[in-house]
Amino acid sequence: MKRKLEAVIGLEIHAQMKTDTKIFCGCSTEFGSKPNTQTCPVCTGLPGVLPVLNKKALEFIIKAGLAMNCNIARNSRFARKNYFYPDLPKGYQISQYELPICEYGYVTIESETGEKRIGITRIHMEEDAGKNIHEGAHEYSFVDLNRTGVPLMEIVTEPEIATSGEAADFMRKLRSILRYLDVCDGNLEQGSLRCDANVSVRPEGSNQLGVKAEIKNINSFRFVERAIEYEIKRQIDLVESGGAVIQETRLWNSVTNTTESMRSKEEAHDYRYFPDPDLVPVMMADEEVERIRQSIPELPDEKRTRFISEYALSEQDADMIVAEKRTSQWFEEAVKLGGKPKVLCNWMTGEFTRLLNDKSIDIDDSKVKPHHLCDLLTLIDKGTISVKIAKTVFEEIFEIGRMAEEIIKDKGLIQISDSEEIEALIDEIISKNPDEVNRFKAGENKLMGFFVGQAMKATKGKANPKVVNEIIGKKLSSQA
Amino acid sequence: MITGKEVSLKELSSAFFERIDKVDDKTCAFVTVSKDYAFKRIDVLSKERSENPLYGIPLAVKDNICTKGIKTTCSSKILEDFIPPYESTVTEKLLNAGYVLLGKTNLDEFAMGSSTESSAFRITKNPWSPDRTPGGSSGGSAAAVAADECIAALGSDTGGSIRQPASYCGVVGLKPTYGRVSRYGLVAFASSLDQIGPITKNVRDSALLLQVISGHDKRDSTSALESLPDFTGSLTGDIKGVKFGIPEEYFTEGIDSEVKECVKNAVKKIESLGAEIVEINLPHTEYAVATYYILATSEASSNLARYDGVKYGLRVSGKELSDMYLNTRARGFGTEVKRRIMLGTYALSSGYYDAYYKKAQQARTLFIKDFKEAFKKVDIIITPTTPDTAFKIGEKTEDPLLMYLNDICTLSVNLAGVPAISIPCGFDSAGMPVGLQIIGNYFAEDRILNAAYAYEQSVEWSKRRPAI
Repeated sequence: MKRKLEAVIGLEIHAQMKTDTKIFCGCSTEFGSKPNTQTCPVCTGLPGVLPVLNKKALEFIIKAGLAMNCNIARNSRFARKNYFYPDLPKGYQISQYELPICEYGYVTIESETGEKRIGITRIHMEEDAGKNIHEGAHEYSFVDLNRTGVPLMEIVTEPEIATSGEAADFMRKLRSILRYLDVCDGNLEQGSLRCDANVSVRPEGSNQLGVKAEIKNINSFRFVERAIEYEIKRQIDLVESGGAVIQETRLWNSVTNTTESMRSKEEAHDYRYFPDPDLVPVMMADEEVERIRQSIPELPDEKRTRFISEYALSEQDADMIVAEKRTSQWFEEAVKLGGKPKVLCNWMTGEFTRLLNDKSIDIDDSKVKPHHLCDLLTLIDKGTISVKIAKTVFEEIFEIGRMAEEIIKDKGLIQISDSEEIEALIDEIISKNPDEVNRFKAGENKLMGFFVGQAMKATKGKANPKVVNEIIGKKLSSQA
Repeated sequence: MITGKEVSLKELSSAFFERIDKVDDKTCAFVTVSKDYAFKRIDVLSKERSENPLYGIPLAVKDNICTKGIKTTCSSKILEDFIPPYESTVTEKLLNAGYVLLGKTNLDEFAMGSSTESSAFRITKNPWSPDRTPGGSSGGSAAAVAADECIAALGSDTGGSIRQPASYCGVVGLKPTYGRVSRYGLVAFASSLDQIGPITKNVRDSALLLQVISGHDKRDSTSALESLPDFTGSLTGDIKGVKFGIPEEYFTEGIDSEVKECVKNAVKKIESLGAEIVEINLPHTEYAVATYYILATSEASSNLARYDGVKYGLRVSGKELSDMYLNTRARGFGTEVKRRIMLGTYALSSGYYDAYYKKAQQARTLFIKDFKEAFKKVDIIITPTTPDTAFKIGEKTEDPLLMYLNDICTLSVNLAGVPAISIPCGFDSAGMPVGLQIIGNYFAEDRILNAAYAYEQSVEWSKRRPAI
């Protein structure tokens, strides 16, 4: 019998660096300006101009390299990648080839089988290209060079990713790291983070790599999984039915949910890389690298470990809280205000996240501040409101950012825990619903919920459910 | 002269424009004469009283150096109508020093050539003999200086493009140390070799111009941080005890006997001024042509990729994008430029890179080593600037290799990055000027200028002018 096939995946990620200015000139990198308004002689490739390296971009990529446990080259070099395209004004892209700035790193992901290290082959600097715009029924296209020269880091992993799930986990972790460092905003949809995947299959346990296909145009986290999943299946089906994978570049089509051949190896460019004579080698002193290392904040992995031990969060909870730096900061602030970590975490990963996602706003931009949630939780603890009411109140805080107590007062949402008041109410319910009472007594226990529901309805949810339950239980059994 | 009010700024520049009107039909030195621009400039200058070193001085600039608002064509059809929206660093420095731009001078297309014959517009003639080339690629600048169409000019030198035409035209041409002068605004041919330098009638002017255009530029990462000596101040004319090295590799059978004779006489003269003459070796000289033509063409193939018809310059439409590229570049570039783009593209191609480009880069280190070793023994090196005197127009155009070999004496200087100057050292039997190349150690322009000055003051060569 034939051996089973396994997939081997390597990723190539382009991350736009969040510098204010471009990598080789002083133009702004701001997104969304009018076409060709953020350009100068240098980034439009006029005759005679020369590039000068943006020191900030260098610092950003070294930060990223250190955060991904890379070796930082003390002597690194720029190279020209030569090809013709209208969005590439010089006819070559300034990139790195031999001697990249970062090499030999790794990123740890939490896969289904536990922690796994994914090797980072290299991270190098390069300039982004512009954009060709095909608009209207013209016989020609337009070129927008605003993006030309925006600094990019290209992150290349080892072919050590086994499943589409791991690939997505890797992308999420990478995004998290880059955002912690504040060097990239990590937006796949807007293209500030772009992912290409090299996928191949081989007999399980083999040490040799199969022929790979490179998948491009994967522009959302969902598509990372879907595109790779599709491609693995395509290759396995192909090989199992006696075919062979050919080396080619394929495009992910998110409408048909398939990958389609774009060009074969034979049609691949010869980029004729050579060292860029306009830029001197980048020499990094040890002290400079050390200075940058010192500026790196606590990263998601360390934070996760600390949150688990310090706040007794579960691994899953910790993962969710630390994924975004701002979320973790919000959480810690709330803890400092006296919130119980586990409860805070439940609210944050549940209700709060749901509302933030619905309205697609960032936690920092939310009207809910840590003290709002802490106050609300105290009110629950004191029995002033029920958890259910608290959710309504929370929505109100989310909308207008007022203090919980004011909302409760204004809307008369204070929980009714007074047993006499509730007893009277329940007596009334019992007398109005003799059928249900009889059925309950005949053993239809699930009708308990009906009586509780009636009580909550009558009090608009304000009745303390604990007290309601107790009294109903007592009343109905005493009637028996 | 000007500050003393002996002549007005206008009179001075007008005299040169008259001279250009009179002789440029014969020399064909200029691609663009910028008369209106110059007089507007003079109006502005006249309102300032200035001690600036080049106040009102009319100069010409090679047409591969960007001048804001003035066409910069590189003598190529592909940039025939290109007007730079920015100023090169060197011309900005000249502007700050008060110069008046007379016009832009002809060159071999994109500075690729040794005769100015590959210009897409006109063939520049040698002022000493109209049927001969002025050399190249800065042939327009050298001819303009020799024919008195300007006081001095800027050229650029990638493999001898300042020194060889200076030698052929009987003027002084200096290629500074790589990094001494900013390349920002110099349209790149081979970025690791290109340097801008002055072409002048005498050594003092060379020192003066170098002083103005030199210095670190934050817009050019390859420009040096080295401090600037006082170049004119270093012209003492005293070379007693200075050690001059004569490399035997530059006096082989490939060098014309009359050229050799002139250079040997110059060596004797220099010795008589109290200098010490030492035989030295630059053992890798014979590999310079091969090394240079791989590196220079490789860089050029990439540097010239931007002329694609998309953003500026010539565009020849086509059905598909690739047709537009092909049509534009086929029509826009001349034969020599195409030849070099193809050579360079080949040398960088995968499978050939190691054998050509990489090997040539390794060989390049040998030229650096040669000069470093030599400068442990001597202060200055002297050689002929060219193996022969100005050749006839059309003589070498059919044989590119013969044309390339003409650069044999100048190439290794660019490969190593050291500075060198060419000054007149005699005339051959046809009455054509012979050039003496004086090479210095890195950033020792002051020393080669002084050596050149000492020799120049002791001979009469620069007093002889062409009959044009």
